[in-house]
Amino acid sequence: MTDVTFAAVDKSRLAVASQWQLMWWAFRRHRLAMVGLWVVGFFYLIALIPGFFSSNDPSAQNARAAYHPPQRLHIIDEAADGSWKFNLHIRPYVLRRDPTTLAAIYVEDPNRKVDIQFFTRGYEWSFFGLFKSNLHLIGTGDARQPLFLLGADRLGRCVWSRIMQGTQISLSVGLVGVFLSLLLGVVLGGISGYFGGKIDFSIQRVIEFVLSLPTIPIWLAMAAALPQDWPATLNYFMITLILSLTGWAQLARVVRGRFLSLRTEEFVTAARLDGASEGRIIFRHMLPSFMSHIIASITLAIPAMILAETSLSFLGLGLQPPTISWGVLLREAQNIRSIATAPWLFAPGVAVVVAVIALNFLGDGLRDAADPYNK
Amino acid sequence: MTGSNVVLEVKDLVTHFPTRTGVVKAVDGVSFKIERGKTLCVVGESGSGKSVTARSILQIVDTPGRIVSGSMMLHRPNGTSVDLAKLDPRGRDIRAVRGAEIAMIFQEPMSSLSPVHTVGDQIMEVLRLHLKMSKADARARTIELLKQVEIPNPDRAIDRYTFEFSGGMRQRVMIAMSLACNPSLLIADEPTTALDVTTQAEILDLIKRLQQRHGMGVMFITHDMGVVAEIADDVLVMYHGKVMEEGPVDRIFHAPQDDYTKMLIGSVLKLERKADIRLKRAPIDEKAPPVVEIKNLVMHFGSGANLVKAVDDVSLIVRPGETLGIVGESGSGKTTMGRCLMRVYQPTGGQMSYRRADGSVVDLVAADKQKLRECRREIRMIFQDPVGSLNPRMTVAQIIGEPLLVNEIAKGQELDDRVADLMRQVGLEPAWRERYPHAFSGGQRQRIGIARAIALNPRLIVADEATSALDVSLRSQMLDLMMNLQDKLGLSYVFISHDIGVIRYMCDRIAVMYRGKVVETGETEQVCDAPNHAYTKALLSAIPRPDPRARRMGQRHRYVA
Repeated sequence: MTDVTFAAVDKSRLAVASQWQLMWWAFRRHRLAMVGLWVVGFFYLIALIPGFFSSNDPSAQNARAAYHPPQRLHIIDEAADGSWKFNLHIRPYVLRRDPTTLAAIYVEDPNRKVDIQFFTRGYEWSFFGLFKSNLHLIGTGDARQPLFLLGADRLGRCVWSRIMQGTQISLSVGLVGVFLSLLLGVVLGGISGYFGGKIDFSIQRVIEFVLSLPTIPIWLAMAAALPQDWPATLNYFMITLILSLTGWAQLARVVRGRFLSLRTEEFVTAARLDGASEGRIIFRHMLPSFMSHIIASITLAIPAMILAETSLSFLGLGLQPPTISWGVLLREAQNIRSIATAPWLFAPGVAVVVAVIALNFLGDGLRDAADPYNK
Repeated sequence: MTGSNVVLEVKDLVTHFPTRTGVVKAVDGVSFKIERGKTLCVVGESGSGKSVTARSILQIVDTPGRIVSGSMMLHRPNGTSVDLAKLDPRGRDIRAVRGAEIAMIFQEPMSSLSPVHTVGDQIMEVLRLHLKMSKADARARTIELLKQVEIPNPDRAIDRYTFEFSGGMRQRVMIAMSLACNPSLLIADEPTTALDVTTQAEILDLIKRLQQRHGMGVMFITHDMGVVAEIADDVLVMYHGKVMEEGPVDRIFHAPQDDYTKMLIGSVLKLERKADIRLKRAPIDEKAPPVVEIKNLVMHFGSGANLVKAVDDVSLIVRPGETLGIVGESGSGKTTMGRCLMRVYQPTGGQMSYRRADGSVVDLVAADKQKLRECRREIRMIFQDPVGSLNPRMTVAQIIGEPLLVNEIAKGQELDDRVADLMRQVGLEPAWRERYPHAFSGGQRQRIGIARAIALNPRLIVADEATSALDVSLRSQMLDLMMNLQDKLGLSYVFISHDIGVIRYMCDRIAVMYRGKVVETGETEQVCDAPNHAYTKALLSAIPRPDPRARRMGQRHRYVA
């Protein structure tokens, strides 16, 4: 099978190819996973510098733009004399009132136009407090004529910019939460698998207990116990901790399983007979064999974390406004009015779906490529 | 028509496996005939295309393989003929041939039988599908078939599940199933490879007798030349998808024409004698104090009702410079015995006195961690599985250098030099040091394992089935290498194997194990030529000799303990 999988690779390079090279070659053949990798990479780039990708200050309210619909982008610019050219622009909307219902109606103003600029200047954002910039990927360059790519919410805040800002929290909750789970999972799973016997028995029972807990009520109870007046960062940290407290059990099982199957591998016996110490056997001989599996499991655990954060925040017990995460944004879409009048408030849900699917593809590809030897 | 006796006539069969980078020609222009009542043995080493040939006949080649050209004429008893190559692989016509006219049995009976149906249900299904029998008739016929394949108490065995049978019994069930519709051709793909020699002998015997009774043609695929000599009428030698030579069995063995056949026969015959290297040696000094003296070694697994006495009161000695062979069938405890000696397992009881180079004696059973570590530098192991025993994530240099590194014997430039030297000693190119094990063939991997074993200048090496995973042409090379190293480094070997040919070639003395006990020990020649114990006699007589003029399966001893 190895011959078929790696037939495209030069023989002499294959001979000296390490595990990670073989994995990369196998992974590259998985097209969906490659797409997933690009999408995930792009999302994390957004999470790193959300300010650059937003066009308006995500927290700035604008009473004149409540429930502003997404603006239409015009590509062809027609001049008065009938000639035309390609020029990306919008026509600002004017607010009218329905004379009978007094409902707000936004109508495109055919007489005005505002050009859209790339790499324009706008509000100032900061990169984790390290440096400040006012450069934006897309915008109008005019604070009085904001660009609403995905419309605005109840308070007239730009939905597009808020999704960009929410990416940071939502995706990092996944990472930090999984990292904590990993720490717990690898340590407890490793102890369980390596020592076996009574220790293994008790850790396994604890894992079964944790897995049998209904997660949502537990999260709700623990999140409700958090004091409301804690600062946003502490709140954020506690939420990730709560999420990872239930997430580690699955990972611990994976690690234990790998440990158990590796313990009986002949090359581990050979290492023991070579006189290698326990530490060297674990870290030099066994750990590299299941690192790839762990990475694959992590990639598959991140989406679960993202979804968990989204559900908690959606239910109002996760992160609290003014913190912006996808779950917090989706709370805006909780009532019937938003479904009827402002369906664009569901856009954060699309972001969640795309991110979760991309991560799942990536994880699937990694899992398939994880063991290049047992084909 | 070419005479009424021909069952199947294959002409210029070509089967390809297209891959992304090119076409693998698994079968490349193979032609042969199988006659009614005759046995055609197809032999070749791994990768020779012999299994694909058999699967092509029934059109069950694994995807993406497909038959490209050639014809396979099946001549029916009623005078009609059909070209199997022209039938649709999923069509009704080929399904009518499979199982009914051409039956096939496979190497691994457990995976070809369903574990969730009783054996009776599985055989009855064949009968009801092909012969449209009623349930009661099918049951009666199934019992008769089970009786034919000599399964005890067939009327009760019919309602059992496959896991309740031993490997040999499962293969009998497979044979019963294949005979259900009185096929005119039986294709057997390595049906005895997974079985012990005594069981193999019974199965071969059974196939022979059934063939005589039903007059079917048999196509028997094997890599074991002894089996070929025992059962074949005609032989087809394959190599890289091509037929190298074909002819009557006697001519193939006694007057081979083709170089590859000569090499194959030669490497098998070589293992029928004592090795040339050993003939030149001075006799082992019997008065020298033994390197290892095992006394009343006991190893139990489990407890209570599940207690397994894997090693049961074994006493052995290994003299310096000698090779002790431990032979036995699966489950005889020979591997456990070897692992106890390395103390991979902690023995339940007994003594293993190891005499160190300075003359001091260490009891390996009771040795503490520090002592054990020291002794393990001097007692090393070669593993059976050349794939599993090498860490795929380390380079060859790292694998061979590991014992030197962890025992703080060499590092840096000195380690590099030692590794290069070890690689040269076992016949590997030192330039390959940065390669990973996946870049090596089975034989080369086993050489890496040997290099690792001799890295610490050991005095005793335990080799557990060290050549079983290798093709026969590589076996004697590997054994010669081990014996050369023995002369150069003054090693003693404990050589564990189920293959008496390998043992005879390599070992000075033999211990025969049966169900955890040593039933006989003695000089190799004495045990092989004039065994004392009834089990040894049965074991030796079950081994097929690679000489069609000395068939003896009919006169073998049976041992019932």
